[in-house]
Amino acid sequence: MSLLTPEFATQDIAHDEERDYLWTLNFGPQHPATHTTLRIVLKLDGERVVDAMPDIGYLHSGFEKLGEHLDYNQYVTVTDRMNYISPMANNVAWHLAVERLLGLDVPPRCQYIRTILCELARISDHLLCDGAMGLDTGAFTFFLYAFNQRETLYDIFETLCGARFTNSYTRVGGVMHDATPLFVEKVRAFVRTFPKTIDDMERLLNRNRIFIDRTKGVGILTKEQALSWSCSGPVARASGVTRDLRKDEPYLVYKDLDFNVCCARSGDCWARYLVRIAEMRESLKIVNQAIENLPSGPVNVGIDQRTALPNKRMVYSTIEGLISHFELAMSNRGFDVPSEESYTATEAPNGELGFYLVGDGSDVAYRARCRPPSYIHFAVFPHLIRGHTLSDVVAVLGSLNIIAAELDR
Amino acid sequence: MMDSKHREALLAAFPALAQSEFRGQVRFVVPRGSLLDVARKLRDELRFDLLVDITCVDYLHYRGATDRFGMVYLLASTATNERVTVRVFLNEPDLTIPSLTPLWEGANWMEREVWDMFGITFAGHPDHRRILLPDEFTAHPLRKDYPLQGRGERHNFPILTRSQG
Repeated sequence: MSLLTPEFATQDIAHDEERDYLWTLNFGPQHPATHTTLRIVLKLDGERVVDAMPDIGYLHSGFEKLGEHLDYNQYVTVTDRMNYISPMANNVAWHLAVERLLGLDVPPRCQYIRTILCELARISDHLLCDGAMGLDTGAFTFFLYAFNQRETLYDIFETLCGARFTNSYTRVGGVMHDATPLFVEKVRAFVRTFPKTIDDMERLLNRNRIFIDRTKGVGILTKEQALSWSCSGPVARASGVTRDLRKDEPYLVYKDLDFNVCCARSGDCWARYLVRIAEMRESLKIVNQAIENLPSGPVNVGIDQRTALPNKRMVYSTIEGLISHFELAMSNRGFDVPSEESYTATEAPNGELGFYLVGDGSDVAYRARCRPPSYIHFAVFPHLIRGHTLSDVVAVLGSLNIIAAELDR
Repeated sequence: MMDSKHREALLAAFPALAQSEFRGQVRFVVPRGSLLDVARKLRDELRFDLLVDITCVDYLHYRGATDRFGMVYLLASTATNERVTVRVFLNEPDLTIPSLTPLWEGANWMEREVWDMFGITFAGHPDHRRILLPDEFTAHPLRKDYPLQGRGERHNFPILTRSQG
């Protein structure tokens, strides 16, 4: 227990039976500030939270079971629905895991496009998380500034793949469509205009007395606790854990790009807010470098690898393309997968998003385990909220960025 | 991705561990009895301080598999950025394995999910309950002998009407 946690919180829970003046409050499953469907049973002493018991599973839809029945290309549609705030990051994480299992290297252009998408998804996720945290603590204008820019991001995704929300953009060995000049133009425009929005957002909240009072010193997570509770991503970095998979285990093209890892020491809601704001600026740096250095060339692996569908011109005008398309489309052919197991993690906006895949030779995974950051962070919630007031529940919940669809899968 | 020095240090302490590697990922198969000792050694001496994930695989229909369940413990080091996978194989009827909650608090919910989905029991777990599925559920749906569409549980959930609510 941290020194800053009120003494109240450290009292033994066994004493609760004697304190019959405590009351129980059901927070959720349908409450505007949970944003999705999750339930917390709070034990209150007046306005102080003595204990919190999360009750999850309302949105459980068996995604991992479905992963054992959908093939490696079909399952990408399910990953969209996990963290639906940043579906592009999930798509990329899933297919990086599949490509690791297959031992496949995608062309540089594809890697650059995926990097840009991951970072745009990170900005989109952080905008929602910080925006909603502002909204829950009373900063409505801030939320509107954030959501306006998310709209621009949705337009960019729509230009790229036709879908705004559930993108399903990546494929094994490539992506669905190549990036068009219009996409590049829209990303450049976003890079030009977005810093002004962050400036505005920071001006609205960074010196806002109400917001600081409601977040500073609330929900403190120490570095030791963050490690013990397996935290990752912005939640861990706000507590002084300097782990960032983009730097520590570079994937895609992150090792060629110049960016910083943003950390804080205090580990409270305020630090988590600041880390996310700082990460958006770094993400913008990455997007800028990647879009200006976007290489030309093919976007999918060639027909020799026989994993990505060849483009239509190849199919209609070459015999190799036709055969490759035919073999991939036949349900009894598909591609070769080793009977092996591998784990691949990416630095998703929310934390470490990894997939543990077991291949059995067919093009359907034998086991598709998703390591969901929301699930792991929500386990910490009761420890962060004990001893704080009821109104702090929304601040802590907002700062952890719990997405129930990813939580329950 | 595990340093060879650390690999030898672990094998020196536990010579019986079977080791394998795939795409640079090092895996050790640990007997159930020494799981806690191996995990403690990895955490305290070899600085694998982060428990990334705990999951399980049911090898019922897997070609060439000899064991029914394979537990997967993914560990990582925040100091050296190494990763290691620890495997423990379990067979019916004894599906009990020591809990890692004494070492990492984060193991709590991960193990509850494995219990919920696979029916593996964790000895010494402080809060051994289902987590995602309702408490009255009896099956463990990620087992391979559980059908994709379920066994009719969805139709048998008690229905609450507005007047009862």
